Amino acid sequence: MGKKYETPLLDELKKGKWPSFVAEMERAAETSEMTGDLLGQVEQSYKEKMGHWKHGGMVGVKGYGSGIVGRFSDLPEKYPGVKEFHTVRINQPSGFFYKSDSLRKIVDIGEKHASSLFNFHGSTGDIQILGVKTSELETIFQQLVSFGFDLGGSGSALRTPSCCVGMARCEFANYDAMHICYNITQAFQDEMHRPIFNYKFKFKFSGCGNDCTASIARADMSIIGTWKDNIRIDQGMVKEYAKKMNLHKYVTSKCPTKCMNYSDTGLEIDDSNCSKCMHCINVMPKALRPGIKGGATILLGSKAPMVSGPRLSMVLVPFYDVAEDAKNGYQWFKDFVGKIWEFWDEYGVNRERIGELIQRVGIGNFLEAIGLEPLPEMVSSPRGNPFVLYEDYVEADEGQGESPQG
Amino acid sequence: MTDETKAQLEEAIVNLIREFVNRKRFKPGDVVKEMEVKFSASDVTKDDVKSAIRELTDSGRLIYGYAGGSFLSLPE
Ligand code: HEM
Ligand code: HEM
Ligand code: SF4
Ligand code: SF4
Repeated sequence: MGKKYETPLLDELKKGKWPSFVAEMERAAETSEMTGDLLGQVEQSYKEKMGHWKHGGMVGVKGYGSGIVGRFSDLPEKYPGVKEFHTVRINQPSGFFYKSDSLRKIVDIGEKHASSLFNFHGSTGDIQILGVKTSELETIFQQLVSFGFDLGGSGSALRTPSCCVGMARCEFANYDAMHICYNITQAFQDEMHRPIFNYKFKFKFSGCGNDCTASIARADMSIIGTWKDNIRIDQGMVKEYAKKMNLHKYVTSKCPTKCMNYSDTGLEIDDSNCSKCMHCINVMPKALRPGIKGGATILLGSKAPMVSGPRLSMVLVPFYDVAEDAKNGYQWFKDFVGKIWEFWDEYGVNRERIGELIQRVGIGNFLEAIGLEPLPEMVSSPRGNPFVLYEDYVEADEGQGESPQG
Repeated sequence: MTDETKAQLEEAIVNLIREFVNRKRFKPGDVVKEMEVKFSASDVTKDDVKSAIRELTDSGRLIYGYAGGSFLSLPE
């Protein structure tokens, strides 16, 4: 199939030495008429600085309220190939590990029943098959299910939980992010496939403060690895690093809490002041390692700037003993999440994320409702904000419930 | 919940959606709240309503749609 449209603006995006989505789309267009029209419509959008997609509608597979993101062209006469151009979200395995055979099967589906374009992976984590006609949705769904895959989340539902590669590949992992992510995904299938929330809800699990899933800014609930004991120091290796670089300049002076000191006697860390930011460990991974008492900090409330402005998650549970809760099928975590969803269900309004609800009703009311005591760790910048107002409406001896928090 | 109440509940949900079709988009959460009130005398719980919605969508009597948020509707 020759080139159907002149696309001078898109052609600009093929220049340079990096992979180009335009080059990939052109390759797909060799065999897919849909993608040929896609190039035409995108060029027109670039020229007019205006999108030509309509969203939503009654698009889905039987029984599920999510997993399919409906997209229609508003220029269907001009670009009939993209009249219906839906996205199918496939729940990725924890940590994005695949057998090549599974990938081939998914790719075959995309070439046979869709535009041949994929998104590995969407910002939700899912694999996305792009450019699917309404009539092909059931077929694709049944085929995916036949080799063990399922749809992910979309709409007012739990979105596909995602995690970093964690303990499978990364020595920084403080808990098994892949295991809890998989368990939670299985436990909340209904919440993911049958939208019943006010709006979307996302979990992202990162094994350490490097936060490879960017959960602090993108997940309604961010679960980020941390440790309770001391950073493990190999003083011999510290000396080796010191021969190659200026430790003061690149390590100790960059410590955000200024809790490190390097002298002739070696490296000292005042661990009680360490915020587990990972900086020093990232710079000297052979000399420093996280402590052995690993777990996670649970934070709540981040979101991108859609309805109101952007937000970062705030600390809710400073230390969650993940390994301990794993022995019990993460029951504490599931109950804890249940209380938060109940509060959101009761008091939230349509299209209000949990973080916005907390901002509206006040953190005090929220904590009281879910049965958590206010803690200093919940203050976002304790060192920069000395004016912390305490009220004594919370009973001093109220316990933390049955949580395995340390 | 008796089988009879369950059948009444499912009927009431479909009727609610049908009555307001093209006028109001019912979120599943709204339906749960409406039904809790309507069936308050026959101790129908939130979970009962949720599983009724599940059965109705599994069987295709109701379908999901999306317009800024998810809602329930009748199949075309
Ligand atoms: C010559 C006149 C003034 C001097 C030298 C002065 C000096 C100061 C200083 C040194 C502080 C402490 C700042 C800090 O904690 O970092 C302060 C706080 C404060 N001043 Fe003044 N001040 C003056 C006039 C006023 C006036 C006229 C007002 C109100 C009409 C005022 C209201 C306040 C308030 C409310 C605070 C507390 C700020 C806070 O809590 O953050 N001051 N002042
Ligand atoms: C009738 C006049 C005023 C009233 C009734 C009033 C009342 C208050 C109250 C109740 C607070 C405490 C807020 C809190 O932390 O809970 C406060 C804080 C403060 N007020 Fe006023 N104020 C008045 C005038 C002013 C004026 C004229 C200034 C400055 C020229 C001023 C500057 C401040 C500052 C800087 C704070 C500290 C805010 C903080 O906590 O960081 N106030 N005021
Ligand atoms: S978040 Fe931390 S543990 Fe997870 S992959 Fe990244 S660096 Fe490793
Ligand atoms: S992890 Fe961060 S806060 Fe802790 S000692 Fe290293 S640089 Fe400092």
